Parts: sequence; C-alpha cells; structure tokens
Amino acid sequence: MKSEKIVKEPLIHITKRDTMPPWQSILIRVGAVLIALAVSAVLVIVLTKTNPMSVFDAMFKGSFGSVRKMQNLMKSVATLLCISLAITPAFKMKFWNIGAEGQVLMGALAAAAVMRTMGRYVIPSWVVILVMLAAALVSGLIWAVIPAIFKALWNTNETLFTLMMNYVAMQIIQIFIAIWIKSGSGVVGYINEQSHRGWLPDLFGVKYLLNIIVVAGLTVFMFVYLKFSKHGYEISVVGESENTARYIGINVKKVVIRTMAISGALCGLAGFLLVAGADHTINKDLAGGMGFTAIMVSWLAKFNPFIMVGASFMLVFLDRGASNVATMCKLNDSVGEIITAIIIFFIIGCEFFIRYKINFRARTPKEKAPDEPEKPEQTEITEGEKAPAGIA
Amino acid sequence: MEENVAIELRGIYKRFGRIQANKDVNLKLYHGEILSLLGENGSGKTTLMNMISGIYFPDEGQIFINGEEVVIKSPKDAFDNGIGMIHQHFKLIDVFTATQNIVLGMEGKLDLKAAANNVKELCDRYGFVLDPNKKIYEMSVSEKQTVEIIKVLYKGANILILDEPTAVLTPQETEKLFAVLKKMKEDGKAIIIITHKLNEVLEVSDRVTVLRKGETVGSVNTDEATVESLTEMMVGKKIELNIERTDPVNPVERLLVENLSCTNREGLPMLKNVTFTANAGEITGIAGIAGSGQRELLESIAGLQRDNSGSITYIDPETGTKKNLKDMSPTQIRALGVRLSFVPEDRLGMGLVGNMDIIDNMMLRTYRKGKSVFLEKSGPTALATKIVEDLEVVTPNITTPVRRLSGGNVQKVLVGREIASGPTVLMVAYPVRGLDINSSYLIYNLLNKQKESGAAVIFVGEDLDVLIGLCDKIYVLCGGQITGKVDARKTSKEEIGYLMTKGAGGSK
Repeated sequence: MKSEKIVKEPLIHITKRDTMPPWQSILIRVGAVLIALAVSAVLVIVLTKTNPMSVFDAMFKGSFGSVRKMQNLMKSVATLLCISLAITPAFKMKFWNIGAEGQVLMGALAAAAVMRTMGRYVIPSWVVILVMLAAALVSGLIWAVIPAIFKALWNTNETLFTLMMNYVAMQIIQIFIAIWIKSGSGVVGYINEQSHRGWLPDLFGVKYLLNIIVVAGLTVFMFVYLKFSKHGYEISVVGESENTARYIGINVKKVVIRTMAISGALCGLAGFLLVAGADHTINKDLAGGMGFTAIMVSWLAKFNPFIMVGASFMLVFLDRGASNVATMCKLNDSVGEIITAIIIFFIIGCEFFIRYKINFRARTPKEKAPDEPEKPEQTEITEGEKAPAGIA
Repeated sequence: MEENVAIELRGIYKRFGRIQANKDVNLKLYHGEILSLLGENGSGKTTLMNMISGIYFPDEGQIFINGEEVVIKSPKDAFDNGIGMIHQHFKLIDVFTATQNIVLGMEGKLDLKAAANNVKELCDRYGFVLDPNKKIYEMSVSEKQTVEIIKVLYKGANILILDEPTAVLTPQETEKLFAVLKKMKEDGKAIIIITHKLNEVLEVSDRVTVLRKGETVGSVNTDEATVESLTEMMVGKKIELNIERTDPVNPVERLLVENLSCTNREGLPMLKNVTFTANAGEITGIAGIAGSGQRELLESIAGLQRDNSGSITYIDPETGTKKNLKDMSPTQIRALGVRLSFVPEDRLGMGLVGNMDIIDNMMLRTYRKGKSVFLEKSGPTALATKIVEDLEVVTPNITTPVRRLSGGNVQKVLVGREIASGPTVLMVAYPVRGLDINSSYLIYNLLNKQKESGAAVIFVGEDLDVLIGLCDKIYVLCGGQITGKVDARKTSKEEIGYLMTKGAGGSK
C-alpha cells in the first residue's frame, strides 16, 4: 500500500498452539470460570445492588442448602448423566442425535402406561418395575431406530429428523394424558400414589439412591463399552471416517442402526428412572430439556464417561444455583439463565485459548503472550471439572 | 542487476507449535527470471510462499519488494504489491465463465465485454489458448490452470508464484505451460515455481533455491546444476536414485478384470469397459491424468464400489480355481481366502483413522478375529512395534495418533499394515505422493519385494518416470477407458502422455 510509510506488524495475529501441558489448560479453564463468576457478579450488582458474596452464597445454597436440595441435586445429576451416557455412542459415531428428549419421553410414557395399567391389579411391585423397564427400553429404542433406519437407507438428515421426533413424542404424551385424565385438567398426578406399585424403593432409606447406583453402573459400562469392546471400536471408526469404515468392510448401516438402538434404549432407561425412581408421574416437560443439555455434557467431557460425571454435576449445580439466586434476589428466572449462560460461554470460549495463541505486536521479540489466565483464588467451583471420577 | 530485484526475503522465521516451518530463509528473485523453489515435502516451500502471498504472517524477518520493505498481512496486501499466487488446488467457481472468474473481486464498474477483450489480449500476448466465455465446468484441468494464471496477470501481478503447477498436467501440457512461462519471463515478470520434480527444474528455471528442513541450503544457477547435485542439496547426502527392477519370475494370471463399467453417484460413467490382467510376480502400472477412473477401478476390485457391470475374477495361486470378486464386500472377499491388500490414495481419510494411534490402526484389518466381544490388543501391538522398527517409522511411540506423523511415516504405517498379511494382490494408489525421496525409495523397494515374493502388484501412479522405471507393464486410463497397454521397458513418456489424452474424455 502506498500510504503505508512506516512498516508495522499487524497488532495481533493468531497462531495455533501445539500441545499444552495439562496444568496450563486446567489453569485456563479455572481462570475462565473465575472470570465468568466475576462477570456475573458485576451483572448482579449492577442490577440489584446486592453484595456479590451473598449472590454466590445463594448459588451454593441452591444445591446444598438443605437435605432435600441435595437429594434433588443428586437426582438431577443422575438423570442428566444417564441421558448424556445414552447419547454419547451416537455422537461418537458423529450421528447428531438431538432427539434424546423425545426418546426419554417415550421411555417415560411407556413406563407410566405400564405403571397405570398394572397398578390396578394386585401384582408384586418388582414385577411391575421389570415390565416398566422393558417397555421403556423398547419404546426408547424404537423412537431412536426410526431416524437411524431412514439415515441408513436414504441418508436423511438425522439432526432434523431426531429434532422433529421430539415434538411428535410430546404430542403423543398429550394425547395419552387426554385419554387418561377424563376431567380434562391435563395433569397426571402421582401414579399409584397409594400402592406405590412400580415405584423404585428407597435403598437404605436414602431417596433416589437406586437411581444413582444404576447410573453409576451405566457410567462404568459405557466407559468399557466404548473403549474396550469391538462395538466401541466400530463406533469410533465410523465416527472418525466413514470411508475408512467402508474400506475395512464395516457395515456402516448396521453400526448406525445398532448404535442408535443402544442410545435410544438407554434414553428409555432414563425415562424409566424418571417415572419409577423420581417423579412417579408423566407430562410432556418431564425431561425438562435435559435431552439437549446432555449433548453439551457429552461434548464438554469429550465423550469420556467419567468426565461426564463432573460435567453434568457442574451444569446441574449452576442451573440450581442460578435459579436460587433469582429467587433470593427477587429477580425473575431469566437472571439465573443469564448467569448460567455467561458461565457456559466462558467455559466453552476458553477452549480457543487452549488451542490458539494470540500474539500481540511485541516491542521486544520474545515478549510473553498476554493470554495467561488469572491466578486462581478460589477453586471450589472447579472441583467438578478436576475430580470427576470421585463421584462415580 | 541489484536494482532489478523483484522480491527479497531476509531472515524469515515461521513456527507452527513445535514445528519450525521456516528458519532464517533468505531468497532473492529478479525481474525477468524463473526461480525454482526446490525442496522435499515438509521443507517449508509452501509455507514460505504463503507468507509472501499474505496467507500467513512471518514470526520474524523482512520482505522487500523492488527494494522497499513491505508488510504483507493479507492476500490483498500481496495483490497491491503485485504478487499473485497460483495454488495447487484451483479456487474457481464452476458455473462462471473464465472472464467472470477472472474479474471476480475486482473493484470498479463491471464491463464483461471489455474484460473479455482484455483477457483475450493477455492470452495472445503470452500464448495462452483460452476461450474467455467458456464455463469452468466445461474445462480441462490445464485450462482451469490457465484461468488461474490469467486471473493474477489481469490483476497486474508482476511476481507470480506457482505451487506445483505440473502435478496435474500431462507431459504435453507441461511443455505448453513452460513455453508460456518463458514468454512471461521475457516480458519482465518474476516467476517462482515450487516443485520437487528435478527434470522440470533443469528444463525451465534460471536459478534454483533449495530448502531443507525449513532453511535455505543455497541457490545455484540451473546451468551449473545436475539432477544429482540438486538431490544432494535437497536431501543433504548423496543417495542412489535407481529402482532395481527384476525380471518377472513365472508371471501367471492372478486377477482378471473384464468389461468393467461403473457410474458415480450423479450417474456419470466413470469406467467404460475396462479390461485388464494383473499377473503374479509383476508390477502392473496404471497411468492417467488424475480423475480418469483410477480410484473407481481400484475400489471396484476392493469391493467398495459395487454398482458396476462386468466381471472381476481372482485366480487362486494354490488351487488355480477362479473366484468371482464382483458384488463382494471387503469382508466377503476376505472370507473367500483372497489376500487382497489396498493402499488407497486417501491415507488418513480411508486407509487409516487419523485420530487413532498406530496400534488401533493396525487393528482395522484384524479386530474382528475371535468370538470375544472385547478387543484383542497384543497382536496389533506387536505388529505396530515391528512395523515401526522394520520400516523406521519416526514416531514418539506406538500410541501416537497417526495424524501427528509426517506424510512419509503415515504411509509407512499404512503400507506396513497392508503387506503384513502377505497379500497375493496388492493395490497401491499414489503411494509416494507427498513423500520425501528416502521414503519414496523405501516404498518402491517394498513393492519390488512384494513382486518378487509372488504378489500381483497394481500400481497407480502419476510420475511417469517412476511408472516407467518401476512397472513391468503399464495400462493407460483416459476418461474411464483403457487407451493403451505398453511394455514399461520399451515405452517413452511421450507415448504414455499421448495415450493419456487420447480417449473421449480428454482434451478435444
């Protein structure tokens, strides 16, 4: 350019990092969470003029404020983790199953239907539970296999297909509720409230413990399945490169359908746990969007089941904390969602700094890149990220 | 002469993570000169040129154009400085005409008629043959390249950089290109050609600058250089460039392909009545311009492309019985007891899984063995260790993802796995593309060993010198048809080049 007399480097240029030592990437992630908390604190102070420490205190109490809250926390973590584990084989195969919500709902619906129907007769509860489980697994499976077959045979777009199946599932639930509840209130109360037939028992008097144990077992199973089984190997190959899979003679269609069958059945299991082990009712919002949140858990954990424990814990913790903040500061629910969004934005955004390095125009050639994160002052928030295996 | 310097690089450094792509590179290019930038793959040629053309920004160093220091931080800066780069992979819009592509992105009023006239004028001046109103999708590869070159000339480039321009051309087209380049040189343009073909360097350029491991080894005048001296500069030591071709021992028919035709997904014919025979103990070469049906041919044999007609027959070396391979999946072929190995063109996208480590990649072929639901890892681990040792694969360890390895080492891993099963038919597609000279010769030797041990080797290649030097017989593919079969010991590059463009799909 003619106008440019003084030769200048560009102000910033971005280069790709090679690999980063683990401690450094952890430091960046911790830094990201701290900055996120700081930004949320500023936001809350500006909006409410409250002391930020009380905000964080409210956040913490949202999950640990009472025994009941802790039980609910564990229940939600177990459900979210279960769905995350269920969708992971599909995502590892690069099959964008965003229909977990619908698959969970169909599983839940089947479980609820069995519970209602069999609850009228005097049958041992464990029989009802087993039939419910089978029904939930099968209906979750069917709901997932439909898009898989279309994908395998006609290469339809699985993202749109599974997404739309969610709404179909919701409508089917509405139809059943309309049939069941003649009063037209549209609300199914506790099913078998008197007999507790088909309710999972409280183990050792601890609520939801059975749910937690089942999901913990599933975590180990999924880890082994993905890492050490031939199926898991085929899933990785198909996900990494369909061409390679074809080249070595893997039947890609078969693997897609089989994997989605497993994924759907496990979503059905999550639906079963919700109905039998947690809520004992059915409505179209039973899954509460966790079918979508699970996608984030799965990707944040880079498909490692043990890290998913931490990731789902963190997301549930944030969600509960944020809504508690909103209640305590007399703000509406959106504030909680904004805080959660800020934190998640920073957590995902910091991956950029782990992969790339930003070089500012340097006076001296070897100036240190100024993208180092702040030194951590508090670490409680990051427990979930650092020590995820502890919970499993 | 000093004032005549078009571009000068001083002390250029560029690093990608742990890899030092360029280190203290110095280079001078004069107006009215063709400079070859020579170096093995991974020696930093393309990185260096990308810094001149504004795609990367150097970590350190200075760039001078016509004696003035400049900063090139975007492709636009490069254009403003009269630098134009012709990339290896064309960046053209298929449904536009040549002229539309050429004026794309230019500022000012759009006058296609005037532009077409200007294009015509440029063509006449330098001896290009191009119809300005022809659409890109109707063009041959060499015409597309012409459009790319005119595009940068039209924008007023005085310094042209061509990245491996001859890789996609037949010998005849290469000659035409060189004639044009020489005319541009006489017109005072400064030209850099990136290449690793030594014969071309000697033929077209005035000077050669050699890069090795990111550093400039030196510059020499072409008339003082020989193939041997340049190789030595590139590799850093003297190496033997001979392929030892033995005469075939007991060449019996192993694979018969008869009247094979197939179409691609869009229903366009990719192979038309292809008939050929591959003998045991021979290397059968397949020559042709890229995209003439080589991939479809190999994939049909390997059982990956099954909507085809014709017949594919395998003759068992032990019993002599004929086995039909058509309509068989790779798994079924293996179940028949046919040891068919295939090194595909797309190594990381097809032959291997880039994100998996060497052990897991070894398992690809064998993981199904046994009834257990779990994977058996000890066999693949042993194989991985053996291949890394035998073929001198440079890798931190056998649990490194293969995508982290250099091109040559990736190929060693793939070829190593494919020959580990003792194949009776070994198909290889462009096995040395992107490999350094040492690795290339290692691969040629491995293929020769397979031939000597009685495998029928099918070699799809692009470098005609290598095809002629390595193979026993060569079939030439053009537009999906076999246009000729030649004896590799008696043929010439010109004969093959002629056959490569003879068929219906070639240039008219």
